Amino acid sequence: MTEKIVIGVDVGGTFTDILAFEEKSGRVSVAKTPSTKKDQSKGFLEGILKTTNDLSLVSTIIHGTTVATNALLERKGAKTGIITTLGFRDVLEMRRRDRPKTWGLWGTFTPVVERKNRLEVSERTLADGTIRSPINEKEVENCAKTLLENGCSAVCLFFINGYANPENERRAAKVLRSVWPNKHVSVATEILPEIREFERCSTATLNAYLQPPVANYLGRLETRISVERKKSEILIVQSNGGVMSVETAKSLPIRTALSGPAAGVVAARQIAKAAGFENIITGDMGGTSFDISLIANNQNMLTSQANIDFGMTIRTPMIEMTTIGAGGGSIAHIDLTGLLEIGPESAGSDPGPACYGFGNDRPTVTDANLVLGRIDASNPIGGKQKSLDYDAATRAVDNHIAKKLNLSIHDAAEAIIKVANAKMSGAIRLISIERGYDPKKFALMPFGGGGALHAGALMKDIGLSASIVPRYPGVNSALGCIMSDLRHDEVRTLNISLEELDCKNLAKNIEEITVESKKVIDRSKAPLIKKERIIELDMLYLGQTHSVSVSVSDDLKKLTRQNIEKAFLKSYTRAYSRPLEGISIRILNLRVSMIGVRPDIDLFVFSKGERAEETSDCVISKQKIYSNGAWHEAKIFDRLLLPGGSIIAGPALLTQPDATIFIEPKMNAKVDSYGNIILSEEMF
Amino acid sequence: MDAVTLAILKGRLEQIADEMDATLFRSAFNPIIAEAHDASHGIYDAHTGETLIQGKSGLPIFVGVMAFAVQAVIQKVSSGDDLKEGDVYIFNDPYDGGTHLSDFRLVKPIFRNGAVFCYIASVGHWHDVGGNVPGNYNPKATESFQEGILIPPVKLFNEGRLNQDIVNILSANSRLPNSLYGDLNGQINALDLGEERLHSLLDEYTEEKITSALKELRERAEKMMRQHIVALPNETIAVEDYLDNDGVTDDPLTLAIDLTIKDDKMTIDFSKSSDACAGPVNISKSTTIAATYVALKHIFTDVPANAGVLKPVEFIIPEDCFLNVRAPKPVGGYTETILRLIDVIFQAFQNSASDRVNGCAYGTINALSLSGYRKNGSRWVMFSFFGGGHGGHPEGDGLNHGNAPISTATIPPLEILEAAYPIQFTQWGLRPNSGGKGKHRGGLGAIYEIELLEEEANAFLFGERGKFAPKGVIEGEEGALNQFFYGYEANDPPEKQLSPPLKSKITGIGLKRGQRVRLETPGGGGFGKSSERSLEKLNYDLEQGYVTETKDD
Repeated sequence: MTEKIVIGVDVGGTFTDILAFEEKSGRVSVAKTPSTKKDQSKGFLEGILKTTNDLSLVSTIIHGTTVATNALLERKGAKTGIITTLGFRDVLEMRRRDRPKTWGLWGTFTPVVERKNRLEVSERTLADGTIRSPINEKEVENCAKTLLENGCSAVCLFFINGYANPENERRAAKVLRSVWPNKHVSVATEILPEIREFERCSTATLNAYLQPPVANYLGRLETRISVERKKSEILIVQSNGGVMSVETAKSLPIRTALSGPAAGVVAARQIAKAAGFENIITGDMGGTSFDISLIANNQNMLTSQANIDFGMTIRTPMIEMTTIGAGGGSIAHIDLTGLLEIGPESAGSDPGPACYGFGNDRPTVTDANLVLGRIDASNPIGGKQKSLDYDAATRAVDNHIAKKLNLSIHDAAEAIIKVANAKMSGAIRLISIERGYDPKKFALMPFGGGGALHAGALMKDIGLSASIVPRYPGVNSALGCIMSDLRHDEVRTLNISLEELDCKNLAKNIEEITVESKKVIDRSKAPLIKKERIIELDMLYLGQTHSVSVSVSDDLKKLTRQNIEKAFLKSYTRAYSRPLEGISIRILNLRVSMIGVRPDIDLFVFSKGERAEETSDCVISKQKIYSNGAWHEAKIFDRLLLPGGSIIAGPALLTQPDATIFIEPKMNAKVDSYGNIILSEEMF
Repeated sequence: MDAVTLAILKGRLEQIADEMDATLFRSAFNPIIAEAHDASHGIYDAHTGETLIQGKSGLPIFVGVMAFAVQAVIQKVSSGDDLKEGDVYIFNDPYDGGTHLSDFRLVKPIFRNGAVFCYIASVGHWHDVGGNVPGNYNPKATESFQEGILIPPVKLFNEGRLNQDIVNILSANSRLPNSLYGDLNGQINALDLGEERLHSLLDEYTEEKITSALKELRERAEKMMRQHIVALPNETIAVEDYLDNDGVTDDPLTLAIDLTIKDDKMTIDFSKSSDACAGPVNISKSTTIAATYVALKHIFTDVPANAGVLKPVEFIIPEDCFLNVRAPKPVGGYTETILRLIDVIFQAFQNSASDRVNGCAYGTINALSLSGYRKNGSRWVMFSFFGGGHGGHPEGDGLNHGNAPISTATIPPLEILEAAYPIQFTQWGLRPNSGGKGKHRGGLGAIYEIELLEEEANAFLFGERGKFAPKGVIEGEEGALNQFFYGYEANDPPEKQLSPPLKSKITGIGLKRGQRVRLETPGGGGFGKSSERSLEKLNYDLEQGYVTETKDD
């Protein structure tokens, strides 16, 4: 019989993670394979073949990719040109007049487009949409010619105030597309018709810069897959946690800038929902960083903007993620005032922690965990090496920390963990407060290889009631891929006061965007159970510059000024506690998101599979663990074999191929019916 | 205290200040706070007012100056004010721990067991506080009364009850009362949050533990600064630089220091600097000390933001100097003076710490304002600060179009300005040839040209570096001078373009529809000899148009 398989593939810096899901039987198989940096599509296919040998059974492949992220960080996009309004060729380079660091004036910034490839044409639209000078088509043509002669393979068209009236840009785009020899033309108002010239120009330019490499990569991927199998659909994960068709990804590659991490958060939300947790904070601990994201009332937080690097601003909806330099590879050191500090320097995965034995002799967070017995040295995760070098880790902690602070090696290692934990919990608190949430009402969901080593301590630091460790914490992003819905976001700048708002016109505007967005969703052949629409307004008081996002009803008949005002006051009060009397309210932007909901995956399947009869059957070995200044005897369990309902009292270690879970003394762990581990100080 | 607990408490305390910053930035009304982050929050000693902890994201210049504001409140209390839990003081007195009148401070005592444990404070730059010109940068002011309303330390809250009368007085004295009301609310929100967080930290760790952590952090900061000073050679270096004029009399002002390094101590003697002047580029002593701290922290970037850092530094600032004035000497243009002070300190360290310094940045805030009335009679005021080049540095060329060293301000998007005011930018670009030559070239300044779309408007500029260009270091050359032109139309010949007699400062420019103003800002100074610049870089600059063959002066 034929069994349809859905496959999630997350290509990260070190590993390509695969999760294959057989729709009928619910069988899940997981694989990790080294990423192939030169051509990610190679490792991609190798990984898939590890989970299934018959590609003809694969119905859908959903892919989280770092091709765009890497091209941006390593400045390996295409040679790109900009055609812009007379007087404004330097918008990209002038940024918003910032600098990289508050203290110290040693900044430098090289934009992705050279100055000589930023050309101007005489045209101008005013802020109210009036066209002061129309375009001269010949001028646009000449600019295109010059850029091609200079070797550009992609081009961005960006006119000042295009958001207020895109007429000039549209006419110029028509000319440009007729003479440009490929599809790599990014038109600023097509990508982001929103006020703020630098943010729009930067987003559109980076999109153009990414078009050739991303389109080439996806092309190669399609070829590789279709050689093996004709009809499987490939979908690409966007930074907003939704997926899009390969065609859309080729023209809007900028929307994949945070593709992989976003998928992980999508998985977290669904796992938490199934397990009965509405409010969670995710903590993804990798080699160099700890990524935090908030999920409140079962909704992912979206942000409208992020900087990939200094001056590389992307404005498109993205799952909000805060990254701090506290990963497994973050290096501990003593600063000039004699204080213990963790990071920002990191040993990454190459050379990696001292215990990897690849040449780093300074202590990392992972080394400290190993010294304390919180990692099983004989079972390192990821499979990059057979065992970890305990002595190297001990030496690193001793030489660089213990001797300088006059502490025992184990107390020094515990100090490293405590300071790293304080950094993570501080960041979690700050993020919750900035969004107006009390962190104490949240549960923690750690993932990544090392996240679950710190979960207990973070819970105590922040005052969280529980942690929930998913069944496959190390391949969470690949799992998120298969759970993502199709999604398309659009924005329009309105910039009018609430009193001036014509609600009929607004509804018409929304309907127009809806029609276009549906077309984008329909480009994919993936089966959908329904389509949903989210309508939001960016609103503020007259005179403010930061807006709050206000959700309004999808029922356009309810779109009245009174209802909009009510919704605004609710959002504003939640964010700032004090609404303001007698000041006019403005609407800056309209945002419409169309979501194509894919069939749910019944997470209950994770409770299936091979299990032991008794909890005690899962003990692999014993190990001494150092915690709170004392040694404890602890058992090591095979996590995946634990039967549902198992309860384990700390201290204990649970191991699995992709992660380690540390249950602190006085903490309890329970395996729930979905195969998650719930950590709590309460007795179950 | 053990090093681990200390490291944790340091993070927790800093976070409280950071959370206060975040609260104000997000809810403030005026772009100078919301976008430019011209605000700051911190925790201060109950008895000395010294800075204990300061937020990371606030305006650098406030890091040093806020301690003096808290001291002003402590003084007021010791001279008889009855201090109760729930009180909040408000003031903007620039001579009593302030900077200029635009910066409003809120200071709140935190009580534990019936006694003041510490103070928390919030400062923010309000959009308009009265005076002769909108936005309060009046280059012609000869007394502070012409710069705006002055509020001495008074109670805004009395045991938790808001004194609405004070809000009414403040609102009545501003051209933009809504903006003022919004910013004030944001600052109150920030203090509320700070107090709540501090109490829960104290509940968790006890007063004794927090007190000893704060003491230890100060001592460690002092030790670190001394280590930096000890690494420098013992010597005295004299440096001077100049301000164009004070906006009233067209004479240059000298900002001179004698910097003496002696073992682990540093003395900065300002005695050779000019006397107090008629116009608004005077500063108070507290501002002078705070600006010095900013310069030192740009050079020794790892020193923490607390009072310990200045312990090994001795200041000599004579009473008659323009860096130590009292009421009612005008101080509205304090930004220009402190930027020059920072330049002088960079120059003073160029030989002894050549691996730490950089060429001078553009050195002026360039406060430019256009204002008038719309057809419907409503008033508009466009007021903004403009950017320029940073200096070349050991690692490379200076940053093009950066923000001022005293702030982390970003510039509002030109599309936001065009949507809000009846103006059109006709140019917003880099200024070729403006970076000082050197092994590492200074970053480029900018050219901003604005055309008026309404019938009439008034313009003024408060800038600097119109006569004395930003200097380079270690034989790097000067950046370009600041230039301002006005009163011409699109196709007018250059001779129709007017320039201010005082170069960088002018008020009362009348503009008609279609007329333009143009600001060409300085680039940064160079780093190292220009003869050492590689041919490759020279050619790249020419190819990209950062430098052009024919230099226009």
